[in-house]
Amino acid sequence: MTNLVTDTGVVFSRELRPVLRNPFTVVFSMVQPLIFLGLFAPLLPDELSLQWFVPGIVVMSCLFGTSMTGSNLLFEIQTGSHERMLVTPLRRPALLIGRALKEIVPVVVQAAVIVAICLPFGFELHLGGALLGLVILSVFCLGLGSLSYTLALAAKNQEWLFWTVQQTLLFPLLLLAGMLLPIEAGPGWPQALAKWNPLTYVVDAERALFNGDVWASTTVTGAIAAAVVGAGGLLVGTRAMQRST
Amino acid sequence: MIETHELTRHFKDVQAVRGINLTVKPGELVALLGPNGAGKSTTLRMLTTLIPPTSGTARVAGHDVVRGQREVRHRIGYIGQGNGAAHSQRGRDELISQGRAYGMKVADARRRAAELIDSLDLGEVADRTVSTLSGGQRRRLDIAMGLIHAPALLFLDEPSTGLDPQNRANLQRHIVELRERHGTTIMLTTHYLDEADAMAERVIVIDHGRIIADDTPARLKNEHVGDRIILGFEHETDAAAAASRVPHKSHRYGTELTITVPGAPRLVTGLLDDLRATGLSPADVEVKRATLDDVFLELTGRSLREGGAAQPTLVEV
Repeated sequence: MTNLVTDTGVVFSRELRPVLRNPFTVVFSMVQPLIFLGLFAPLLPDELSLQWFVPGIVVMSCLFGTSMTGSNLLFEIQTGSHERMLVTPLRRPALLIGRALKEIVPVVVQAAVIVAICLPFGFELHLGGALLGLVILSVFCLGLGSLSYTLALAAKNQEWLFWTVQQTLLFPLLLLAGMLLPIEAGPGWPQALAKWNPLTYVVDAERALFNGDVWASTTVTGAIAAAVVGAGGLLVGTRAMQRST
Repeated sequence: MIETHELTRHFKDVQAVRGINLTVKPGELVALLGPNGAGKSTTLRMLTTLIPPTSGTARVAGHDVVRGQREVRHRIGYIGQGNGAAHSQRGRDELISQGRAYGMKVADARRRAAELIDSLDLGEVADRTVSTLSGGQRRRLDIAMGLIHAPALLFLDEPSTGLDPQNRANLQRHIVELRERHGTTIMLTTHYLDEADAMAERVIVIDHGRIIADDTPARLKNEHVGDRIILGFEHETDAAAAASRVPHKSHRYGTELTITVPGAPRLVTGLLDDLRATGLSPADVEVKRATLDDVFLELTGRSLREGGAAQPTLVEV
């Protein structure tokens, strides 16, 4: 017998298959974060250490990869394989949840690659905190991936629409979360906006956790922000998938 | 296998399908024929549970397409207009995950995938990325995807669009074989007349969202058009004389006499002998068999070939 869990498993393993067949694609999709790491980190003022910067880059890598993931679905909508899946008995929510869950895999791999690259340059790894950080980040990515798929389902055959919305939202979210530069250094209005950006809390939590500060209050606020995005994304995405024809 | 009652679908203010009543028995091979925008694909999409009807009902493989959605999905195979296999995946992987989607165990899905790869001649390409396959290979892979769970009822939406003549013939052979071997009920849509003619025992002609004819290709042609013998004479008087002697429905235009009669190729020599016996000898003779396009022209006043295609929807809206 099948149920939502087995259906989700089928979709998840199908999504993961091309990644396993060609693992290099995971590294390939993190070119941009690596460029920021290589070219932006050396420009940082002295008071901002690699220890401060690297967790931001880990989140950025998740943000770039996961926000684009809808384009895979968009392509499958255009070529016809999404339609084929819709005719199978797979439960509609599984079609979304399985896909979104798969996003966690590249996020974890990419975080490991970034940390590995930075270790020789004096980055200090606190494993326990980092792992907890990845859990929070994974929940966030689950929601973000769902939203990206929702956008793909809404855009359908208008590819430009997907990319316009994705690109328009990506950088404000990123900058207003203090991912590249601390938001506290700026004027009041970005700080006010940042308070409404759930990503801000995730980034703050990652910074504390990657430094081994597991008991910081940011861990709780970060986890809450990630849970809100995760649950909200899944809810919106599942509804969109159920309406998909 | 399929039973619809006043099946209707509107898209905003476009009436794509307007009240289709249709019964398909197990083992039938039915072609839905009509120009683009006639409502063929919309009908198919309702029967395969992709879109709900605006009104009316349809039972497919024993279950209602709305209330028994999952049961219907379990029992049917669907090969859409696009590629079922994702371009980023490998063919065999897609076949296995397709089997799993229908609740098959991994080992069973793997075995069944290997069987289909073999029978659809995909051995050399099954382990390559789908995007590197040719159009014909992809189409065969799509067929394999649709057959993974050995459905008793198979829907194909424009299966041969975009294929070259050789691949089309190949595909038609696979479909006909499938039915002969397993007794699969098959419904396909097409706007290729020769395809409907060659494969289906039953052709349902759809235009403006309605069924306008439903019969075997042979009967459709005989009833609505019939074969024609066209005789060309030297003089109009000969043509007129011949017209009065021929015991069939005929129509003269100048020196040309068109005789409409079923089974024209068999009758033509006897007819010519009779005419020669009375001293009427036509200068040239042409026998035209009715085509489904003639049928469509007769029924709608438009030709399928001219892509009388985009017009209908525009006119209707």
